[in-house]
Amino acid sequence: MPVQERRLILANIDRDGYTPDIDCYLRNGGYADLKKALTLDGPAIVAEVKTSQLRGRGGAGFSCGMKWGFIDPKKNTKPVYLICNADESEPGTFKDRQIIYKDPHQLLEGMIIACYANNVHLAYIYIRGEFVLGAQILEKAIAEAKTEGFLGKAINGTGYDLEIYVHRGAGAYICGEETGLIESLEGKRAYPRIKPPYFPAVLGLYMCPTIVNNVETLCNIKHIVRMGGAEFAKIGKPNNTGTRLLCVSGDVEKPGYFEFEVGALTMGELINDVCGGIKGGRKLKAIIPGGSSAKVLRAGERYKIKSKKPDGTMEEKEIGLLDITLDFDTLAAAGSMAGSGGIIVMDETRDMVECLANINTFYAHESCGQCTPCREGSLWMKKVTDRLVAGEGLPGDPKLLKTVADNIAGRTICAFGEACAWPVQSFVAKFPEEFAKHAEGKVATAARKGTVAQEPSKAMEAA
Amino acid sequence: MKNPFNHDHPPADTPLVNVQIDGVWTQMPKGLNAVEAARRVGKFIPHYCYHPKLAIVGNCRMCLIETGGPKMDASRAPVLDASGKPEINWVPRPAIGCATNLTEGMAIRTDSPLVQECRRGVMEFLLINHPLDCPICDQAGECKLQEYSVQYGNDHSRFVEEKVKKPKRVDIGERIVLDDERCIMCSRCIRFAKDTVHDDVLGFTERGSHTTLAVHPGQRFDNNYSLNTVDICPVGALTSKDFRFQMRVWFLKETKGICTNCATGCNTIIGSRESTLYRMTPRENEAVNSEWMCDQGRLGFHYIHDPKRLTQPIARHGPETTPLAWSEIIPQVAERLRQFVPEQIGIVASGRLTNEEAFLVAEIRRVLGGDSVLTDYVPRFGRADGILRSADLNPNTHGVTLMGLSNGGASLADLRRSIDAGQIRALVVLHEDLTAEAGWDGATLQKLDLLVTLGLLQNPTTDRADFILPGASFAEKRGSMINGAGRLQRLNRAIPSPGQAWDDWQILLRLKEALGGGNGLHTIEEVFKAMAAQVPAFAGLTLSRIGDLGIELEAAMPKETATE
Ligand SMILES: Cc1cc2nc3c(=O)[nH]c(=O)nc-3n(C[C@H](O)[C@H](O)[C@H](O)COP(=O)(O)O)c2cc1C
Ligand code: SF4
Ligand code: SF4
Ligand code: SF4
Ligand code: FES
Repeated sequence: MPVQERRLILANIDRDGYTPDIDCYLRNGGYADLKKALTLDGPAIVAEVKTSQLRGRGGAGFSCGMKWGFIDPKKNTKPVYLICNADESEPGTFKDRQIIYKDPHQLLEGMIIACYANNVHLAYIYIRGEFVLGAQILEKAIAEAKTEGFLGKAINGTGYDLEIYVHRGAGAYICGEETGLIESLEGKRAYPRIKPPYFPAVLGLYMCPTIVNNVETLCNIKHIVRMGGAEFAKIGKPNNTGTRLLCVSGDVEKPGYFEFEVGALTMGELINDVCGGIKGGRKLKAIIPGGSSAKVLRAGERYKIKSKKPDGTMEEKEIGLLDITLDFDTLAAAGSMAGSGGIIVMDETRDMVECLANINTFYAHESCGQCTPCREGSLWMKKVTDRLVAGEGLPGDPKLLKTVADNIAGRTICAFGEACAWPVQSFVAKFPEEFAKHAEGKVATAARKGTVAQEPSKAMEAA
Repeated sequence: MKNPFNHDHPPADTPLVNVQIDGVWTQMPKGLNAVEAARRVGKFIPHYCYHPKLAIVGNCRMCLIETGGPKMDASRAPVLDASGKPEINWVPRPAIGCATNLTEGMAIRTDSPLVQECRRGVMEFLLINHPLDCPICDQAGECKLQEYSVQYGNDHSRFVEEKVKKPKRVDIGERIVLDDERCIMCSRCIRFAKDTVHDDVLGFTERGSHTTLAVHPGQRFDNNYSLNTVDICPVGALTSKDFRFQMRVWFLKETKGICTNCATGCNTIIGSRESTLYRMTPRENEAVNSEWMCDQGRLGFHYIHDPKRLTQPIARHGPETTPLAWSEIIPQVAERLRQFVPEQIGIVASGRLTNEEAFLVAEIRRVLGGDSVLTDYVPRFGRADGILRSADLNPNTHGVTLMGLSNGGASLADLRRSIDAGQIRALVVLHEDLTAEAGWDGATLQKLDLLVTLGLLQNPTTDRADFILPGASFAEKRGSMINGAGRLQRLNRAIPSPGQAWDDWQILLRLKEALGGGNGLHTIEEVFKAMAAQVPAFAGLTLSRIGDLGIELEAAMPKETATE
């Protein structure tokens, strides 16, 4: 029997007659979890979140409870800020927008609880500039929540005050990186900060302790309060708890967004049972499992996955790509990551060099330009893959790509360095024959309709 | 000078921690960054964006090093090696040295294979889009990109793509030209402008490899400290309009000097070739100017090469002027001065004189009649800017005051009245133009029977003078001055004086001898010694003991700093 979706966050989204206004939300039991939360004290909620083992849904998969625990309410004397990261820009990722557009009060409720738990009185939703309507929807939802007494002064008759502001980005992917986001919120260029010393939990917004959480992460808080952390932790697998919004795009029959218990289904089940299989009955070639920066996985690869058996002993299994269960730990063990939940599927007709050129174009365009390796390396890699695609490859290109990427990853200010290096490293390593063919300089990718326009390198033309 | 950051000088009471640098254990102040720590043990971690006086942003990645901490056993106690020192757990990922702050037991590797590979990578990235204008670039010869390329870079390029094109010759301010293609985006200039000068007009536009330094729309980078960015820019992106294309830096002789454009006395390096001064740059002195100087001071040297520069001793008899040798003119000046009684003589001294010169002027005054010789100096005031510039625009007000040559300018009016009244008939003017600086009119000077001037430039006062004695500029002589904060500092000779122009102290010494006989002084050192014997503030000092960074005088000196 195909695995069933477990709709926790998407419970109401796309349901007939469900609207984003507060009346509809209240009719469906909205803000009851906030009312419950307000009867608890903050540290108790933080403890529940720790118990829930919730991991961040923004990309890094960091423990949410641990992140909150970095701020010690007994020692901290500064105001604490909370920022909802609604910058959703990772290619292949389109989950947060469903929440924002279709169920904004779910986000607000989760956010208000998170703020209350961490003694936050001022919070921001940093939303990507392109979500123009989304920002309006959130503004409206905030106004409604205020009218109903769930936001503003003396929330729901308690002594707790909270203001939430929506801040629109101006169209840069790097504003999703939490310290770049903070700089941007402060009115500066979104140059990510060096860590140390500027960990958000210590020196965040206006140099005060700051919690940055993804939209989906914050929605989960509401459900953790309702169920209790222990109950929540029963969903999914240990250390991989809760549900996960998965965004499937690319060469499948039925792309879309889905919600499953973490680790409840395999890649094969997702593609074949949920998404109707590979488009046109073609064969699978590769999958990027966690947004464009995740390392690509190739059909036919074998992975050795260690897991803990119920009796506590470790067992190692060798599995194929379609057997990978969709959870943080398994994808990491397979050498990639669950990332942002954006699953990009490529079929046998895809030219992997062209796919990489597309990704490289994105990262070269989005590098903030602050630190040397990423600034210079991202454009260099793009130029090389453009050349390869244009049939102007040189024999040394695959090795060049690899070494350039190696010189970026691990040496930059922010994880964008890895984000732009990992695709290159993994594509070149896993599809050597395709790169070698292009490197002979003879193969120009047959122009596909609707793919990126390539700038032929003038230097090469001259040569 | 108060810097917003002083990463190189942590407070003296900072506790020490044990750290291992390239295998050697040593003690360092806690929290010191690895670049500075390495420097203290004679190791160099190359860096572009890091500057000890600026905020740390860690963007160039040139300073990547390996770091580690003590290996802990199960009971959280450090594991010791055979020699009893903690074993190190190395972190696989390199860290930037500029933002690695020392903690107890920390270990760093400044030159391991991984570190070398990181540097090669960064150098390659910095060069792929660099225009390599070196043959026509003013920075060549003192360019960190060139230097580190030789030391840490690759010997070949793997880049076959077209380079990114950016604006060149951008006029961003009164004194600075920007070449965006040469910029390595270290943001030093931006941070300096924003945090040190509070003139936040520089910033980056565009993204990624297209990132472009620019001045904010409608703004100019014109503040009085703008040229410091030319110094701290590691490459030739920011160049001084004044120095651009004037001289290849490797031909410049460097002489330690001090700026004489205000009482702060910023320490400088004078860059000269043969008899021409090409540029002045700040020389680090934490007690005075840190690593900076103002643009006015920096560029305030061109007058020494002015066509109006006096290069020949001249005597005037009516309309006739006669060039004379020093051996001829000095006895004539002495002879003429001797014809007046003390009450008939006046002296206008200058806050631009060195201590030694002022001392000799005081000696001459003593020979001529001491207190009866009405004497004062010409005060010159501007506005302090709270950064470096002092309100007092004379470099050595303290010195002339200490030698008894100043009445704060209050006696200048008396002097003028006495001349107008015919009481004072002989006047000696040192390094001042009374018409321009003191506002006198020519008629007063016409009343004099004798006018002797010692100075650098032809002006209405020298036009009227009976004797014109061409002296030496700050770059052409030795001696000392006391800055506004009471610090005794030295001038050094970078270039020879033009023509027959001569060291002022020599001229004054000879004149004194001609007036009152020799006293066995032959060198500037001896003049200083004689002065130190008479002036308690200098007791026990010699010219050499002052040192390159000067010394704070013990004697109570009226304190005046730029920040007041
Ligand atoms: C280049 C880059 C882009 C990112 N973009 C986003 C984003 O659009 N949305 C997001 O939630 N997190 C993004 N992140 C991750 C954030 O930095 C941060 O880890 C996250 O918001 C934390 O929330 P979580 O713990 O709830 O996942 C990005 C990270 C990097 C390095
Ligand atoms: S890694 Fe890239 S995106 Fe991140 S700070 Fe450096 S240049 Fe900017
Ligand atoms: S900045 Fe340095 S490397 Fe660049 S052109 Fe000038 S001298 Fe050459
Ligand atoms: S102009 Fe010079 S100092 Fe300014 S950012 Fe560029 S390289 Fe750095
Ligand atoms: S000097 Fe450390 S990153 Fe630039």
